[in-house]
Amino acid sequence: MYGFSSNKQRFFQMASTMLSLASTTPSASLSTQEILKGKVRLGSGRVGTLLNKEKGNPFIKAKSFGRISMTAAVNVSRFEGVAMAPPDPILGVSEAFRADTDVKKLNLGVGAYRTEELQPYVLDVVKKAENLMLERGENKEYLAIEGLAAFNKATAELLFGADNPVIKQQRVATVQGLSGTGSLRLAAAFIERYFPGAQVLISSPTWGNHKNIFNDARVPWSEYRYYDPKTVGLDFEGMISDIKAAPEGSFVLLHGCAHNPTGIDPTPEQWEKISDVIQEKNHIPFFDVAYQGFASGSLDADASSVRLFAARGMELFIAQSYSKNLGLYAERIGAINVVCSSADAAARVKSQLKRIARPMYSNPPVHGARIVANVVGDPALFNEWKAEMEMMAGRIKNVRQKLFDSLSAKDKSGKDWSFILKQIGMFSFTGLNKTQSENMTNKWHVYLTKDGRISLAGLSLAKCEYLADAIIDSYHNKFCNNVHWYYIPVSFDWILDPGLHKSK
Amino acid sequence: MDSSSVFANIVRAPEDAILGVTVAYNKDSSPDKLNLGVGAYRTEEGKPLVLKVVRRAEQMLVNDNSRVKEYLPIVGLADFNKLSAKLIFGADSPAIQENRVTTVQCLSGTGSLRVGAEFLARHYHQLTIYIPNPTWGNHTKIFGLAGLSVKAYRYYDPATRGLDFQGLLEDLGAAPSGSIVLLHACAHNPTGVDPTIEQWEQIRQLMRSKGLLPFFDSAYQGFASGNLDADAGSVRMFVADGGECLAAQSYAKNMGLYGERVGALSIVCKTADVASRVESQLKLVIRPMYSNPPIHGASIVATILKDRDMYNEWTVELKAMADRIISMRQQLFDSLSARGTPGDWSHIIKQIGMFTFTGLNTKQVAFMTKEYHIYMTSDGRISMAGLSSRTVPHLTEAIHAAVTRVG
Repeated sequence: MYGFSSNKQRFFQMASTMLSLASTTPSASLSTQEILKGKVRLGSGRVGTLLNKEKGNPFIKAKSFGRISMTAAVNVSRFEGVAMAPPDPILGVSEAFRADTDVKKLNLGVGAYRTEELQPYVLDVVKKAENLMLERGENKEYLAIEGLAAFNKATAELLFGADNPVIKQQRVATVQGLSGTGSLRLAAAFIERYFPGAQVLISSPTWGNHKNIFNDARVPWSEYRYYDPKTVGLDFEGMISDIKAAPEGSFVLLHGCAHNPTGIDPTPEQWEKISDVIQEKNHIPFFDVAYQGFASGSLDADASSVRLFAARGMELFIAQSYSKNLGLYAERIGAINVVCSSADAAARVKSQLKRIARPMYSNPPVHGARIVANVVGDPALFNEWKAEMEMMAGRIKNVRQKLFDSLSAKDKSGKDWSFILKQIGMFSFTGLNKTQSENMTNKWHVYLTKDGRISLAGLSLAKCEYLADAIIDSYHNKFCNNVHWYYIPVSFDWILDPGLHKSK
Repeated sequence: MDSSSVFANIVRAPEDAILGVTVAYNKDSSPDKLNLGVGAYRTEEGKPLVLKVVRRAEQMLVNDNSRVKEYLPIVGLADFNKLSAKLIFGADSPAIQENRVTTVQCLSGTGSLRVGAEFLARHYHQLTIYIPNPTWGNHTKIFGLAGLSVKAYRYYDPATRGLDFQGLLEDLGAAPSGSIVLLHACAHNPTGVDPTIEQWEQIRQLMRSKGLLPFFDSAYQGFASGNLDADAGSVRMFVADGGECLAAQSYAKNMGLYGERVGALSIVCKTADVASRVESQLKLVIRPMYSNPPIHGASIVATILKDRDMYNEWTVELKAMADRIISMRQQLFDSLSARGTPGDWSHIIKQIGMFTFTGLNTKQVAFMTKEYHIYMTSDGRISMAGLSSRTVPHLTEAIHAAVTRVG
């Protein structure tokens, strides 16, 4: 993906040699008038006409070497060697869903909240905040590089609690970022610059875009065991062992809550042990918090893992997103927070994060930041938000319950489906393998990612029974199970390219 | 405790040079202070301006209950992309009609430049970009971090306070074939010095003969002359010859959408097939950077551009902004002439766009800040957008004092 293949290099070296030959030819210069009058149409490849006074393919008809090189050079794109990038795995799911005419079809690839009616949802508090903003008639001046001050204050307080010592001691460097992805990217670029050679440990599996972010930022990464397919639960021993084995001073990427794609979170006791081993090895914790409030319904409960680490006096990185919990997906609003051991360190770190943001996009977008600041800053709106969040999280818990009940009632094999209840957040790793997932789609018109991940956010109570039928059939179907597949947890995220996805 | 910090070796970065001017201005308590630093439009009353048509568009969007906040595609809002391409290349551009243009929504001008540069660093064969001397301060960092090697071509002639055209032709002529060349589409930042149409044509011929790849930075379309088509003339001239180019567009100034971060990167390719492959690779640059772009500003732009009445309203408001700036230039020039300030100040009315390169040196600039509370970047660039009839006399006094008392 980086650098240029030698074939391309040769191709372009050839082309540029031709171009420099061509520059000696006076006929190379054409006046704008001539072009506009239509005497020459370079784009349509008839430069040869001007030079040779012959029609047809200049490559074939041109007589002298000089003329061939001129026409060849002018007609070849400099980007001819650019390959078509592979299509996004998730786009295929959404496209196939759209093309499916079966009335029973169900799209569980979607990584965005849907109502019981399976419609996208704009929170009431968001609408209220936007109306307030319109009424106030605020200007659209550039934000500071670090973003909207009121947002930065609100977001750090939300994460740690306003009374948290890290906040009171001003030890948190907070910079507004482009949702979770953008915040992760700022941190990754910071790590590459100031911790050269340090690697990031990411869970196996993890959100598909994590690897892309670290790759593009040139930060090496390796995986720690996380998902245990045998238990459809956490491989805790493997996780601890792998974190211990990593070189001292590694960064450990942790999902604050509602692990994506598995939905499997460590227990509070396990978090303590994870924190122990990280401290032992002088690793640096790096939290991805994309679901605060959305997982359990409680903002404080969902931040407990982060607060545990902060309470130990550790320095840590936290990327936040408001895409899901405030439904602000398209507004791109989030933040990178770095908890430092002193206020001075926090100020220095913040200044360097700004240096990374400036040549990337100068300063972040104001709209989403103002919405968050307004909602969090107004007690009435804040309470309303908490209620809406409880409602969204509640709906997901309800469909989990209904799905579990349906599975338990219909499945006579004695299989334990309780993992559905134990997992948390928008996603659930069903344990279905690739063939079984394909059966879900081909036979039942249920669309999910090939790793067996379903989005509960895309499930309604009304469809739970049907889904249960599909899952049971896929699990026990002799045809599916006769084909042996190595289970390779591959996490896709529909966010990678929602493309034309407009789910209904 | 700090010795155990993993951040112990991290030093404090200096404030961004350009944005730091506003930081310093805000700290100043003098009632006479004047901010001629950052390039954001100000009204005659010295206030930021949100265009009426923008407010209207925003009202429509917020009141539309059918609107949702679902993720945009990686390449952004489709309507916005199509309309942006038409705006800069012309609605009847053959390149557009032949599907040879890929346009992706990005975070204003900066984001468009960065995504374009990252793409070139990965897929282009000649990783050197030539930028004019001087240029916007952020250009070097953007291209450097993307992985391109940055060189300069002569541009500004301090002796004439105009274009060093011979130097430009020589330097571009000496550039390795295939090199990338950054061109300011109009209203060069920071000098305000633009090539004439004839000079643009010569530049185009030279560049095409050497296979140099044009990368346009178009941050002031419509804002420079007041005419959207005229301000896109340079870009269109290059596209008309059938060749390839990149163009970064910003709506920060011409629609006053600064903080919304709205812009677009267009790559004009030889064929539709190449354009489609290029677009697929642009997505791979964008996805690990911020996944997909913000919806609000792009929706405002699309709403305005696609509605005939709103579009016309916009052109009127845009012209009014451009006219006020042109008027400020005239007023400052007249004022300096009347004051008898030594030197030739005609460059103030010859230069175009938001900025004037005064020709004042760093000592003079520092003097003006200290004694007169006038804030500008240390290269002597002033933002005409920050000036008003009321403040012209104060600026005149300051310039006069600087020129007569400071070397």
